[in-house]
Amino acid sequence: MKLSRTFTAGAVSLAALLAGGVAFAECGIQGAGNVAILSNDFEALRIVNGVAMSCATADVTVSANATTEHKNIQGPALTANPAEYTVAMVANNSIVPLLNDDLIRPLDDLVAKYGASLQPNQLITIDGKVMAIAFMGNGQHLFYRKDILEKAGVAVPTSYEEMLAAAQAIKDAGLMEYPLAAADKPGWDLAAEFVNMYLGTGDEFFAPGSAELAIDNDNGRKVLETMRAMTTFMNPDYLTYDANEISKVWDAGNVAMMNQWGSLAGAAIDPATANPDVAANTGFAPAPTIGGGTIPAAALWWDGFTIAKNISDADAEVSFQAMVKGISPETVAANPAAATWLVAGYEPGPAAVGVIGNANGGARAYPMQPYMGLLHTALSAELADFIAGKEDADQALADVKAAYDTAAKEAGFLN
Amino acid sequence: MSVATRRPAALNALILGFLAIWIIAAAFPFAWTVWGSFKVEADFFSRQSWWSAIEGTRTQAQTGSAFTLAGYAGAWVKNEFWKAAINTLIVTVSVTLISLTIGTLGGYALARSGSRYAFWILIAALIFRAMPHITLVSGYMLPFFQLNIWGVLPTTIIVLVAINQPFTLWMLHSFFLSIPKDLDESAMVDGCTRFQAFRMVIIPVMWPGVITTGLFSFLLGYNDFAVTSMLLSQENQTMVPKIASFLGSIQNEGNVMYAVAAVVSATVPLFILVLFFQRQIVSGLTAGAVKG
Amino acid sequence: MLITVQNCDPFGCTTQTKVDTEAMAKLNEAQPLGQFVGLANYLNRNHLAVEEIGAILADNKGFSDVVSRIFNLPFYRALSFTLVYCFLVTPLAMALGFAIALAVNTLPRLLKGPAIFISILPMIITPLVGSLLLAWMFNPAGILGATLQSLTGDPGLSLLASPALAWTVLIFYGVWTNGPFSFVVFYAGLQTVPHDTVESARIDGASRWEVIRHVIIPHLAPLATFVALVQLMDNFRVFEPIVGFSAEANATSLSWLVFNDLVGQDAQLFGSAASTSVITIVGVLILLAPVLRRTWREFNQKAV
Repeated sequence: MKLSRTFTAGAVSLAALLAGGVAFAECGIQGAGNVAILSNDFEALRIVNGVAMSCATADVTVSANATTEHKNIQGPALTANPAEYTVAMVANNSIVPLLNDDLIRPLDDLVAKYGASLQPNQLITIDGKVMAIAFMGNGQHLFYRKDILEKAGVAVPTSYEEMLAAAQAIKDAGLMEYPLAAADKPGWDLAAEFVNMYLGTGDEFFAPGSAELAIDNDNGRKVLETMRAMTTFMNPDYLTYDANEISKVWDAGNVAMMNQWGSLAGAAIDPATANPDVAANTGFAPAPTIGGGTIPAAALWWDGFTIAKNISDADAEVSFQAMVKGISPETVAANPAAATWLVAGYEPGPAAVGVIGNANGGARAYPMQPYMGLLHTALSAELADFIAGKEDADQALADVKAAYDTAAKEAGFLN
Repeated sequence: MSVATRRPAALNALILGFLAIWIIAAAFPFAWTVWGSFKVEADFFSRQSWWSAIEGTRTQAQTGSAFTLAGYAGAWVKNEFWKAAINTLIVTVSVTLISLTIGTLGGYALARSGSRYAFWILIAALIFRAMPHITLVSGYMLPFFQLNIWGVLPTTIIVLVAINQPFTLWMLHSFFLSIPKDLDESAMVDGCTRFQAFRMVIIPVMWPGVITTGLFSFLLGYNDFAVTSMLLSQENQTMVPKIASFLGSIQNEGNVMYAVAAVVSATVPLFILVLFFQRQIVSGLTAGAVKG
Repeated sequence: MLITVQNCDPFGCTTQTKVDTEAMAKLNEAQPLGQFVGLANYLNRNHLAVEEIGAILADNKGFSDVVSRIFNLPFYRALSFTLVYCFLVTPLAMALGFAIALAVNTLPRLLKGPAIFISILPMIITPLVGSLLLAWMFNPAGILGATLQSLTGDPGLSLLASPALAWTVLIFYGVWTNGPFSFVVFYAGLQTVPHDTVESARIDGASRWEVIRHVIIPHLAPLATFVALVQLMDNFRVFEPIVGFSAEANATSLSWLVFNDLVGQDAQLFGSAASTSVITIVGVLILLAPVLRRTWREFNQKAV
């Protein structure tokens, strides 16, 4: 089974997992208590939840709520005392509100006691304290069509400049009218594109040690110009394309190069569902660099779990143990293709080369600054006019700064 | 229908032509979706040409036949859509019944009351309704967690009734206004109490209004996304948040065909419902309509 | 409130800031209700943008400059679409619904059932999914988009690429999905129109149009008030079609701003969302003022 996000494959592996539940039934959890997991709703997390739920015994109750609304639920759910959930699954961005409001507990003691199977790089430390345990990675990287690049006589691009030149060559050769695609839909996607490229410049989003925005510089303008230059090679509907949409366009064979999530790579080459002509010619590479830099221009993401603060220590202990079991090397060994795991003993499959390439190339993680979410929101709305070609880069950056400053003042990060 | 028989042919043609255009406009997207729900995603949502949704080339290649039940199987069997269907049934029936009970009594009282405060109650109801649902729900979350009543159906039903009640009140109030006051007054002259007049004289006449309002209440409970997606835990999810979860999120691909199949399935009960109640509206009650 | 710390994740360590939660907790104890900011949230750039508007009006290059700079502000951009949508969709949908109700009412009894059912289909499909499916059909590769391309002979025609066309499509969708609501209410209302009045009006020589104008419309007036009220209110909160049609680039609405503050992003901006919500309510009340005055008059008449 290739790495696959589809429900068919997911249900099969989940069924296999439950059938093999006997092997997991003995989790050896010490103590008694309640485990309640809140997570996003996708395949890899459902697997982890499933294993953790198999740990239920007479003394330990385990329940899981996998929902795409998890980001909106987690704040109030963990603020209540006792918290509704003992475990919240988070990523780089969604951990920030929990940290800001002091809703999750340091895990150092628990790691020392029950974390033998964890690797040092799985520990997310904030100010020296372990606050989360990561178990899978993700990020956007280059998808390319081997056949089209070959016909156009261009190499796999390693930078955005090469990517634009390759797109020109493909267009000139008459192979495709719109060889590029990107998730440029105003909203979370568009902001993520900017963040990716800006990280690739090596520059910082904020002045050191403060919430002062610092993107109004040559690198910021360079990023915007590159984003705009890319749109000239895109379908006129590019403003409506989000990450899922460009996957569909890719599958239809309408695009030669794009940056896309590693978690969607498996589906692109899955023989069961993908377009066979496209899948056979789909190649993956690290994200391109920008402006002569050497850093792949894409944020690295991790998914991990945190333990709520407002729960009893007994609940925290059993929750931690159940989750460690859920992300154990055994789980990963049984589902190697479900994600780009960060767990010991994971052998990356063909669909994971892009994300691993990003990490090896020194790509930077999506920042965990307390006010990064505010910037993301500001970018998501204010870059719309720019990417639609209705305003220039200076105006766009000024708008972003104005919107961000307003929000940061409202949140108390700026005076 | 003596008026209808005297209608000139040209007018008839105009009416029928207009209706034909409207019915195509209303039904075509739905028919297209029903047809497409038996295809695979690459066909129904083909980026190459819509013609593949008709021919089903990829469906043929992936499943070996031009039609597939994969979407339905995935939604109902693998993802236990039936559980969501049961939850939806509980939520919508409760919301409709509670809203109608309070709405008929309240609407009647407000319609017959000449007091100033009746007007202001209606305005207050209106303000509550004008609030974007999502804001209300975000405010509710923390107290619900603290009271430990989050995630269960009764809480959601109460919130939906609260959101729906102003609408029901307004709508029934308008219907009651269109019923002449003489009707209940004459009933009361004949010796009925106010409540008897309401129950035996007004409600029968009001039946189309009640049914219509009930239909809207039902649809609100049935189609609500903002409230149900934020206030229900996974095992208590109703159909619409379930369908939304099939659509996937930013970094993760969903399975749109499950959503399409689920949408088609979710419309079947509505189909039956409307087919049943349109007879109530049309035949049973035109006869009892108000005279002069 | 911020402290600089060393953060490590699977991809390495960086120096970042974090919220000093201890200091924050102390501050919370001192001021449990938070800081009262007055109207600042309402007047800042992301809402009414009073200062920015002032600056634009004080220093500009003519009328078009003022307009384009005001529409660069997120709130006014959203407001403009919200108002246009509201004022076009509401009357058009009501007119459509009334026309369908009159037409369906003339049908023989056997055909009424199916006609009613099909007519309310656009309303009963879950809005989020309904707009998604419609959006798909209008996609250049979808059946309606492709048909429009061949009808206009413009192979590059894309309905969502330009603001004007995107607005048209959204309004078209709005009428399509809101029409059935008016239809159902008006149709139910038509059943209560006194038969005798219509008959006697006809006998007195009134034309069909005069009957509609002088008998049916006055009879349906309370219902029309109600429909207008509800429709104005709902259309002012237009949201699903924008998301369903992926039209965020060209059209945003007040509800979309609230949504974006609360659930679209990583950081939830409760203050900002609440401000927008209150402004929405005020907007609705202003819109409804004429209808409310009418209701008020009806009330007073009744009291007499």
